[in-house]
Amino acid sequence: MKKKFFWRVFLITVTTLLSIIFFLPSTPLFSSMPELWKKYMPHRGITLGLDLQGGLHLVFEVEGDRAVDITLERIAVSLTDILQKKGFKVDVKKDITGISVSPSDMNIRKVIEDNYPNLILSQSSGEKVIYKLSDKETWRIKDSSAEQALEIIRNRIDQFGVAEPTMHRQGKDEIVVQLPGVRDPKRAIDIIGKTAILEFKLLDDENPIAAQLPNTILPGEEERLIKEFAHKIPEDDEILFEKVVEKETGKISKRVYLVKRQTLLTGDYLTESRVNIDPRFNEPYVSISFNAEGAKLFGEITGANVRKRLAIILDNNVYSAPVIQERIAGGNAQITGLFTMDEAKDLAIVLRSGSLPAPLKMIQNVTVGPSLGRDSIEAGKVAAIIAFIAVVGFMIFYYRLSGVIADLALLLNIILLLGAMASLNATLTMPGIAGIILAIGMAVDSNVLMFERIREELRAGKTVSAAVDSGYKKAFWTIFDSHVTALITALVLFQFGTGPIKGFAVTLSLGVSINLFTALIGTKTAFDIILSRMKVKSLSI
Amino acid sequence: MIQLLRKTNIDFMGKKYYAFVLTAVFLILGILAIIQIARGKANLGIDFTGGTAIQLKFERDITLSEIRNALEDGGLKDFDIQDMPVEKKLLIRVKKEEEILGVVSEKIISILSKSLSGQTITIDSTTEIGPKVGARLRRDAMWAILAAMTGLLIYIAWRFQFRFGIGATIAILHDVLTVLGSFYIMNREINLIIVSALLAIAGYSLTDTVVVFDRIRENLKIRLKEPIEVVINQSINEVLSRTIITSLTTLLAAIAIFLFGGEVIHDFALAIIIGIVVGTYSSIFVASPIVVMWGGKRPFAKK
Repeated sequence: MKKKFFWRVFLITVTTLLSIIFFLPSTPLFSSMPELWKKYMPHRGITLGLDLQGGLHLVFEVEGDRAVDITLERIAVSLTDILQKKGFKVDVKKDITGISVSPSDMNIRKVIEDNYPNLILSQSSGEKVIYKLSDKETWRIKDSSAEQALEIIRNRIDQFGVAEPTMHRQGKDEIVVQLPGVRDPKRAIDIIGKTAILEFKLLDDENPIAAQLPNTILPGEEERLIKEFAHKIPEDDEILFEKVVEKETGKISKRVYLVKRQTLLTGDYLTESRVNIDPRFNEPYVSISFNAEGAKLFGEITGANVRKRLAIILDNNVYSAPVIQERIAGGNAQITGLFTMDEAKDLAIVLRSGSLPAPLKMIQNVTVGPSLGRDSIEAGKVAAIIAFIAVVGFMIFYYRLSGVIADLALLLNIILLLGAMASLNATLTMPGIAGIILAIGMAVDSNVLMFERIREELRAGKTVSAAVDSGYKKAFWTIFDSHVTALITALVLFQFGTGPIKGFAVTLSLGVSINLFTALIGTKTAFDIILSRMKVKSLSI
Repeated sequence: MIQLLRKTNIDFMGKKYYAFVLTAVFLILGILAIIQIARGKANLGIDFTGGTAIQLKFERDITLSEIRNALEDGGLKDFDIQDMPVEKKLLIRVKKEEEILGVVSEKIISILSKSLSGQTITIDSTTEIGPKVGARLRRDAMWAILAAMTGLLIYIAWRFQFRFGIGATIAILHDVLTVLGSFYIMNREINLIIVSALLAIAGYSLTDTVVVFDRIRENLKIRLKEPIEVVINQSINEVLSRTIITSLTTLLAAIAIFLFGGEVIHDFALAIIIGIVVGTYSSIFVASPIVVMWGGKRPFAKK
C-alpha cells in the first residue's frame, strides 16, 4: 500500500520540479540565479508570440512566372550569341508564347537543342518555331527561385539587424517572415520586398522623340504618358522615370527619360556596396564596386560611350543619369539621388545581398505594436488571477475539504502546463493565454465529475474508501471520453491555425492532457493518503 | 454537503417538443448567418474578406465624427470605424481587396496625422490581408469545422453507438450555429479567432454530452424493463447537477476573460460564454431526444 503511494508521489514531485526548472527562465527570478545554473539548466522558457511582444508577420508570394520569364529572356540572349558565332543569321526573341526562332532549319534546331536540352519544341509554322521550357524545368525554376528568395531575404534581414527572426517557405511559392520587436515596420517590409535589380542602360538622347517628351510630369501620370508615346518610340527603347523631390517644398515630380532597352551591365557583377557621405552637400550616397569581370565591362561601356548619358536603374526606376566624361577604369560607381541616411543604408543592404530571382508580392501583413502586446499581457494576467480566485473559491465553497484537494490539483495543473510549454519552447499568444484561463475552468471539471460520483456512492450507503474507489472507477471513462473529444478539436485547431490560433491549440491540448494526469493521479493520490493515514468516518465533500 | 440541486425529477423528454421549437429558432438563425456570410453580407473580419484593419491609439480624446470626416475628406472609401472610447482607441477597417498591400494603411496614417496635428497617434496594430490569403483562410476555416465534426462523430459513434454519434454531432452543430447566429444578430465581427472559439466550443460542448450519454448507457444496461424515454429522463436528472457545475466553473473562467482579458480576446470570450450555455442546453434538449427518437432496436440491450 505504502509503496503504491511512493511511486505516485514521486512522479508528481519530479514532474513539478521539472516544470519549475523549465519555466524558471520565463520569470524575473532567472536573472538572479547563479551563473552555473544559467549555463547548464534550461534557459529558453516560453517564447512570447508576435501578438504579445509586438512585431511583424509577413507572407510574400514569389512570382515564379516572372522567374521563368527572366530565364527565357536570358536563354534568348545567349542563343542569339551562340547562333551568331556559328554563322547563322536568325532572329531569336522571347515573347509571350516562349522563345521564337525564325527562320529555322534542322541545323539551327540541333544547335538550340544541344545547348538547351530543357527547351521543348511547342509550335512550328513554316520557318518560325517556338520553344518552351519543359514542365519539369519550369517547376524547378519556380522552386529554386523561392529557395533563393528565402536565402536572400535571410541575408538582408541579418544585415538589417533583427533579433531572432524566423522565416520559412510555405506551400510551393510562399515565404513567411516573422520579425519580432521591429520598430519601423515599413522599412523592414521595403528591405525584404525590394527586387533590387540594378541595371545600367544608355539614354537615347539622339532620337528626336526624346526632345518631344516632357521634362517632368506629376506622379500618377506615368501610365498615360507611356500609352501616349507607345507607338512613337522605337521598339528598342522604353520610357522610364526618376522620382525628384524638391528640397524646399517637398513636392514630388517624375523626370522622364527615353532609355535604350538593352541592359549593358547588371548588379550581378557587384562585390561591395556601402554608404558614403558627399562632403559638398552633406548627402549620403551609395558607392558600389564591381568584380574583375564587371570592372572590365564597365570600362568598355564607358569607354565606348563617352559624352553619352548612362542611366543607373533600380527596379525600373532611374536613380541618376550622369554624362560619361571619360572611360572609367577600376570598377567603382556611385548611386546618388537624394537619399535619407536610412534609405541609403537600406539600398546598400539590398544591393549587397543581391537581387531577388523574381519579384515578391506581399499577400499578408500583420503588424503589432509593442504597447498593444504589453496591454494584452497585463489584461491576461488580471483575467487569469480573477478566474483562478473565482474557481478556487467556488470549489472550496461547494466541496469543502475535497474542494481544497481539487484546488491543489488545479495549481499542479497550471504549474505542469507552464512547465510543459516551456520545455517545448512553445509560443504563448493572446488566444493561448485565453486557453490557459479556460483550462483553469476546465481543470476542475474532472474533479467535479468524480466528486459527484463519490457523493452518489456515499448516498447509496458505501463506506468512505469504497465510495472513493468506485467513484473514481466509474467516473474514469466519462473523464477519458470528454478529454479525448476536447483533444480532437484541439488537434484540428493546431492543424488549421496559424500564429495566434496555433498558440491557442497548443495550450488547449497540453492543458487537456495534463488535466487527465492531475485528475486521475493527483487527486486520487491525495485521497488515498488521507484515507490510509486517518481512519476517516465521513468525507468532507 | 452543499447541493446546488436536490434530487430532481424533471420531465425533460416530455418537454422535448417545446425544446425543438427553440432549437429550430437557433438553427434558423445560424443558417441565416451562414447564408449571409456566404453572400458577403455578414460582419466578417478582414482575415476572411481581405482588406486592411488598423488600430490606432490617441493621446487625447477624439470623437468618432471628427475621424470619420477627416477620412472622408481625405478620400478614403468603404471604411468602418469601431470606437473604444475608454482606451482612446479606434479600429478602422477597409474591406477592399487590394492587390498591393500597404497602400491603404499608409493613406489612413497620412490623412490622420495631417488633420489631427498636435495629437500623438500610436499604431497599435496593422493587419493587411491580400485576396488570395482571405480566400484560403475562408476555405481552411470551413474545412476545420467539418474535420472536427467528422472526428467527433466517429469517436462518439465508436465509443457509444451510431445514434449517439448522430445526437452528439447535431448537438455540436446546433451549438456552433447558435453562436454564429447570435454573433450575426449582435453584428459582432466573425473572424479567425471566433472560428477557433467555435472549434473549442465544439470540443467543450461534447464534455457535457458525454457525461449525459455515459449515464444513459449505464442505465440502459441495468434498467432493462423501463422504456427508453424514462431511462434517459432519469439519467439526465441524475447527472444534472454535475452538468451544471462543470459548465459553471468554465463559465467563471470565460467571464473573467470577457471582463478583464482585454480587447483582443473580448469577443472570443463572449463566443465561449454563449457556447458553454447553449452547449449545456443542447446536451439535454438536443442530443438526448435524438437518441430517443432515432428509432430501431433499443440500444445497449443485452443479447
